[in-house]
Parts: sequence; C-alpha cells; structure tokens
Amino acid sequence: MAANVEEFVTQRYKQGFITDIETDTVPPGLNEDVIRLISHKKGEPEFMLDWRLKAYRHWLTMTEPNWAHVHYPPIDFQDISYYSAPKSREQQNAEAPQSLDEVDPKLLETYEKLGIPLHEQEKLAGVAVDAVFDSVSVTTTFKDKLAEAGVIFCSMSEALQEHPELVEQYIGSVVPYTDNFYAGLNSAVFTDGSFVYVPEGVTCPMELSTYFRINEAKTGQFERTLIIAEKGSYVSYLEGCTAPQRDENQLHAAVVELIAHEDATIKYSTVQNWYPGDEEGKGGIYNFVTKRGEARGDRSKVTWTQVETGSAITMKYPGCVLTGNDSVGEFYSVAVTSNYQQADTGTKMVHVGRNTRSTVVAKGISAMQGEQSYRGLVKILPSATGARNYTQCDSMLIGDQCGAHTFPYIEVKEPGAVVEHEASTSKVSDEQLFYCRQRGISEEDAVNLIVNGFCKDVFRELPMEFAVEAQALLGVTLEGAVG
Amino acid sequence: MTEPMLKITNLHAKAEDAEILRGLNLEVNAGEVHAIMGPNGSGKSTLAHILAGRDDYEVTEGSVTYKGQDLLEMEPEERAHEGVFLAFQYPVEIPGVNNIYLLKSAVNAKRKHQGLGEIDSVDFLTDVKQKMKLMGMDESFLKRSVNEGFSGGEKKRNEVFQMMVLEPGLCVMDETDSGLDIDALKIVAQGVEQMRSPDRAIVLVTHYQRLLDHIQPDRVHVLARGQVLKSGDKQLAHELEEHGYDWIRYEEAESA
Repeated sequence: MAANVEEFVTQRYKQGFITDIETDTVPPGLNEDVIRLISHKKGEPEFMLDWRLKAYRHWLTMTEPNWAHVHYPPIDFQDISYYSAPKSREQQNAEAPQSLDEVDPKLLETYEKLGIPLHEQEKLAGVAVDAVFDSVSVTTTFKDKLAEAGVIFCSMSEALQEHPELVEQYIGSVVPYTDNFYAGLNSAVFTDGSFVYVPEGVTCPMELSTYFRINEAKTGQFERTLIIAEKGSYVSYLEGCTAPQRDENQLHAAVVELIAHEDATIKYSTVQNWYPGDEEGKGGIYNFVTKRGEARGDRSKVTWTQVETGSAITMKYPGCVLTGNDSVGEFYSVAVTSNYQQADTGTKMVHVGRNTRSTVVAKGISAMQGEQSYRGLVKILPSATGARNYTQCDSMLIGDQCGAHTFPYIEVKEPGAVVEHEASTSKVSDEQLFYCRQRGISEEDAVNLIVNGFCKDVFRELPMEFAVEAQALLGVTLEGAVG
Repeated sequence: MTEPMLKITNLHAKAEDAEILRGLNLEVNAGEVHAIMGPNGSGKSTLAHILAGRDDYEVTEGSVTYKGQDLLEMEPEERAHEGVFLAFQYPVEIPGVNNIYLLKSAVNAKRKHQGLGEIDSVDFLTDVKQKMKLMGMDESFLKRSVNEGFSGGEKKRNEVFQMMVLEPGLCVMDETDSGLDIDALKIVAQGVEQMRSPDRAIVLVTHYQRLLDHIQPDRVHVLARGQVLKSGDKQLAHELEEHGYDWIRYEEAESA
C-alpha cells in the first residue's frame, strides 16, 4: 500500500480526473479535487473542506496498519469511487431489484429465519418501493417526539447545514484525523452519517436507531457519526439492524465519536451482520471502523455494547477516554467468526480522570475455520488516581479448526490503580451436547443454547428487542457449525 | 404375552478396541423396576450410555428394542422424544443457561415431536414447582445455571427432578445413588417410587445395595464382564451385599 500512495503522489493526475457536475458518481481515485468536489456537492461550510484537506494531506503520510492478526490482499485506494450522489427515486428504482423474486434466495432464507416482516425484508434487500407505510408513520411520530424534547437527530449532511457550529466544535475532538490510517481516510472523504445532540438535562424519550432513518440507507462505506450528550442528559443509540444488508461496498471505514459531558450517559449498541463472504471465504465486507467515546465531564458514562457476527475481516476497538473525574467506561461484546471470517477486535480504556472506572466483558466465539483475536488496551495515566479496571475475556471454540487469541495490553502509570484481567477459553463439549440431546434438544438447538448461555452477560446489556434478535442471529450464524 | 418395553438381545459393544459388553440379554416390562448391579468395569454404565445413544461406543452385534422400535437406529434426541431418559452419573454443567430454560426447551422439543404446540407457561411452572417440592428443592434453583456450582447431591436430585417433569417411558438411572448422603438418598428414592407406573419401566444401575433399601426392585440382575451372570428377585441384592461380588464370580467358576 505504501508504494501505492507514493506512486500516486507523484502521478496524481494519472487517472485523468474529469469534473462532470452532471454525473452522480465520480470516477475511482482519490486526490484533493475529489475531496473538493465532495465538499462542494454537499454544499459544506468552508471549515469542513479545510479539515478534510488537512486530513487528506496527513493521510498521505500514513501507512496502512499491519499489526492485526488478520490476512487479506492489499487494498487499492485508487480503485474506489469516493462519491456517489443520492440518486433520484426513478434512477434508484431502475437499478434496484424490482421485487423480492430478484433477490438472492439465501438472503431471503436468513430473513425468514430471523422472522423479519415482509415489507422490512424489501427495504433491507434494497427493493425499489416508494414508501414503506409503517416506517413512514413511525418516522413521523418519532421526529415529532424528539423535536418536543429538543433532541437533534439527523444526518451528518443535514447537521452541517443546520448546526454547523456544533459540528465544527466537536468533529475530530475524540478521533482526530491523525489517529490512524482509516480514521484519516474517513475524515477526508466521509459522505454522511448520523448526528445526535441531546440538550442539557434531557433524557432522550426513545432509543435512537439508524434503522428508522431511511434517508440514510445508501450512505456507503465512509460513515461519520457524532453524538453529543450535554450535562445531565441520557441517550441510547442503536446502530444497524440484525438482518444482513445488501451492500456492494467492500471496504467500510467508519468513524464514530461520542462526547458525554458532566453527568451524561451515552449507551451505544451495535448489532452488525454484514456480508461475511461465502463458505469458501470469497467476498465479504472489510470492517475497519474507529469508534471512541469520551466521558468528558465528571461522573459521565459511556457504554459500548456490540454483537458482531458479520463481515469477512474486522478490525475494530471501540474505546473510552475517561477524562472526567469519577467517569465510567463500559464495553460488552460478543464477536462471532465462522467459515473463513477473521476478527481482530477489542477495546481501549484510557483512564485520565480521578476515580475513573472501566469494565470490559468480551466474549469471542469461533467456529469452522474462523480466526479471532481479542486485542485490548487498558491505560492508566498518572493523573488517574484511584482508577479501576476489570476485564473479562472469554473465548469459546466450536470444532477443532478455528482459533482464538488474546492480546491484552496494560499500561499503568498510577501505582494506586487496580487492574484485573480474567481470561478463559472453553469448548462446546461433546458431553454438553450429548446431555442436551438426551433431553430431546436437537444438536443445533443445543449449540445455540450453550452459546447463548456463554453470551448472557453481554445480551443482558442490550435493549430488550435487540437482545431477542441477537439471539436469533447467533443461531443463524452458527448454523451447521457442528456435526 | 405382550412385548417387553425394553428388550436387549445378545448385545456386544466396544469402546475403542476394548470389548465391554459381551452378549448381554435383558427384558424389562412396563410397570417394572429392575436393578442392574455389578462390580466396577462390569459394563453397567456402558449399557446405560448405549441405551441413551452415546456414540463413544460401537455396537458390534445384537439388538435393542424399545416399545418394539429399533432403538440403536435412533438419534439420541429421537430416543428422548420417544420417552427414553438417562439420569446421568456425572451431570454436565452448562454455564449461563438456567435450569428452567433447559427444561422448557426439552419439554417443548418433545411436544413438537408429538405434533403439539409449546406448553403454556403457567401450566409448566405450576407442574415444575409442584415437582420441585417433592424433591425438596428450593425455587431459586430454577434461575441457576444448569448444574453449575451444584453439590453432588443437588446434581443427582436435579436429574430425578428433570425425569419427573419429562415423564419418560423408560428411565435409566446411572448410579444416581452414588455420592448421596442418607437424606438425599431417601428423597431420590422417594422420587423414583413416585415415578413407578404401569406404563413406565425403570432401570436402576447401581454399585451398592443401599438404594434398594428404599426402592423395591421387581428384578435384580448381576453384571460381570459384559454379561448378565445372574438374575433374581430383591433377595439377590441382599445376598450380594452379604457375600460381595466375589461370591458370584466364585459361583460362576464352580459351575464352569
């Protein structure tokens, strides 16, 4: 990759980039003109373009990370198209499948098993429907209720138009563009994402979910999400949905930033089930996302809960920077790798303030040829007197061809800090399976039962309806993993 | 005469390369309680596991029928659906899965097989609570993970409790008495007596005679080297207790 960048820097116009305002998609390739075009098309304020360009110039000096325990062919960043304008309804309909009959039957089978209603199946599969009545009405009541509470929930593009001062104040304040290679790239070329602002003292009246934001459906691979919780506020945000989404993009490099002020709480839950590739390990999404929350104010709290069963390759470490005194960071995670999926994932907990506390519960499940690594950092700075961390990281193996690895990094610079790390590896044993089968439970259901038991501590943290779906999802993912 | 509920004919089985059962014959009628006794290594537990369908053993010869069906052809869960229950000698722990959940899954799996819908939650709970009382178990137990952190006695009681809820046709109890103190033994025995029914057969696999002080078996069989060496009524158990297993071996040698 490094060679690619250098080559590109010296021959930057080789692609013969043509500015054609009328086309919806810019040709593959990345340079400053592309970034200017993205910013221009979106009608962004000046500061945003400046920031993007700074990010881009910095990105050119960076190299792709290669320390993760995953393997994939090099990505050609000049082969990606970085901007696709929202198309008109007619154009979309012309390209989208016209009915569910045209959709991959395997995808439909999965929806069936997850019990997804028909009209939602259409939406997920990208079927050209003009309006999904239920969702439209839901969205409307949803928006009214939020407005009443003073909560801003919109796309990043809208936020840049309507609330540029908030975006300018907060963007990059938790994940600067210098943070890492993919965050740098995202900062330069992000096209959309979600924006949430919860005013002081407000408890957001409902769980916010991208699922209801239909207008966001095609935001593509470089999402940028920003959530700000003012003093004493509370918000719970659900990302994604439990059914696999049709998606043509292979590389996903999103950035999520959370900022919790004094006494505020942000709960961010993810159920991710992107296309993992087929049984032979072909295709699938590369999920290289940077997620970080800052518990900025005293007694603030940031919680990450995630259930990850999709993607071919995952590198992600949702973290918490505990700046405020007595602030709390939590990370609850279930990650599943089956077939040829690879995941290098974990969390970062950085303790800055006094009496900061963090909890990490990570459950990894590997089946078939899946390879999984837990990589977690606990860093306690000298200022963090009385800091405490508890990490529990458990791996479960199904079959004898998969792998589980643990890479804990612990940096403690405050001698009074308490850091605990527990780790275990277990197998779904023949004895457990036989016991369940003797009670009449089929082998497949038995695996589900045992795996769900293993994940219980994490599922407990999910909002109720999400937890139920997450269980169903695990079942679908691990189908055929035994026997 | 009606077909016995369980009929084992000339059963040979091996684990890895060791032959463990060597031509075992046994018939158990519905309504009867049979005790299978024998020294360590006689093949008692192997027999129990083969009846339940554990695939660590290879049946090389012979047949087993349950209610006239070829049991050896069936998957373990099919046997369970048809009413075969094994009370394990060493019940396994399943962390994070609570007892009530496992039990309900088991009941519903069987009902599904019978073409019935899922059991009504209230009915289920009423039934479960009543049976727990009989087994002297606290209700908090339902929320605990399956066998996790259970004492030896609690695990055995749990097996009998599950058996009561699942109402099997054939109960195979693998050394359920081992590791029990006298009070627990009495409760377990009481549970088994409760299960006695004209349409149910119970096979007790045990090393010691003491369980038979509390449960009256209709027949007692003595196993040695993979065969039934001697069968009789409960008097046989008392003789064994008195003379030890050597007595059988000696007798066998005499007659040879």
